[in-house]
Amino acid sequence: MAYELDGATIEADEEGYITDLGAWTPELAGLIAKDENIEMDDERWEVVNFLRDYYEEYQIAPAVRVLIKAVKKSMGKEKGNNKYLYTLFPYGPAKQACKIAGLPKPTGCV
Amino acid sequence: MSILHTISKSPFQNQSLSSCVAHASSGDAILMIEDAVYGAVSGTAAAAQLAEGENISIYALGPDLSARGLGEAKLAEGINIVDYDGFVELAVEYDKTQSWL
Amino acid sequence: MNDMPEDGGGVVKKFLYVNRKAPYGTIYAQESLEVVLIGAAFEQDVSLAFLDDGVFQLVKGQNTDDIGVKNFSPTYRALGDFEVTKLFVEKESLAERGLTEDDLMEIMYEDEDDDWEEKPSITFVNKSELAAIMADQDVILSF
Repeated sequence: MAYELDGATIEADEEGYITDLGAWTPELAGLIAKDENIEMDDERWEVVNFLRDYYEEYQIAPAVRVLIKAVKKSMGKEKGNNKYLYTLFPYGPAKQACKIAGLPKPTGCV
Repeated sequence: MSILHTISKSPFQNQSLSSCVAHASSGDAILMIEDAVYGAVSGTAAAAQLAEGENISIYALGPDLSARGLGEAKLAEGINIVDYDGFVELAVEYDKTQSWL
Repeated sequence: MNDMPEDGGGVVKKFLYVNRKAPYGTIYAQESLEVVLIGAAFEQDVSLAFLDDGVFQLVKGQNTDDIGVKNFSPTYRALGDFEVTKLFVEKESLAERGLTEDDLMEIMYEDEDDDWEEKPSITFVNKSELAAIMADQDVILSF
């Protein structure tokens, strides 16, 4: 499949993960999110930005517990848990948020 | 815990065999399969290395020897020939297997 | 393998991943890393060994921009986040290749049991120490 944004075509695999990581823009993130029935807000951006930073540093998406720890640090204890992340991204924080962040599908995690 | 070490590459191609011998412990076994059986030939540097292992049993897989024209007479002393059933028995006998790629 | 843990079960086995190949000439190194990361989800007692050309995987300053393959070396520094904190590097293999401990990346983990203190993941061992580590395992996976 592919995404159409401002007249440009951005290639993605059959599950909607973009194939060229460099093609990502915040506008594209909004479009992918819309496809996932997700409305981006500050909380979700915080997660997506964390994922992008982590990937930039380590060339891999973080383990979920790492994500939870980071969320706990920046958004407080009551939000640093799996449940909160699932309310933001119902189909799995790693899977869905990674897609919006323009990262490859994470191997071996939710 | 004992290890059955398997080696599949010729000792003239890479150093898996020497590395394997260097990391095998007393009570372990080394089994040469595929191109690694060239290391079983008497007079080779590999056979000499294998002989240095203390209390380490050395095996070579018969079908791979035959396929390469290596008769028993060509093999270094102390090398035991096993068939496929023997391979399986060794895998069962030792606690774990480590394959040296 | 009949005593593998059941769902939520308690048996923890000692797994050693043995890395003996340089990073980009073959796919072994990257595959190994991938398996380690996937395997980390099973919460076993995992160690990694780097010997022979495997020590090249941890050399710092890798840049693959011009060879068209992904530089996966930064991912070793994320292993601690996946609770993989025991990396054994063989001293003889380093020396034979003209490398010193300073040529390798710094890989740290946060120790949960020690107030999240940062500690090095890499332990340098000699051949006989590594042989003992191998002997001590339940399962050895070679790459």
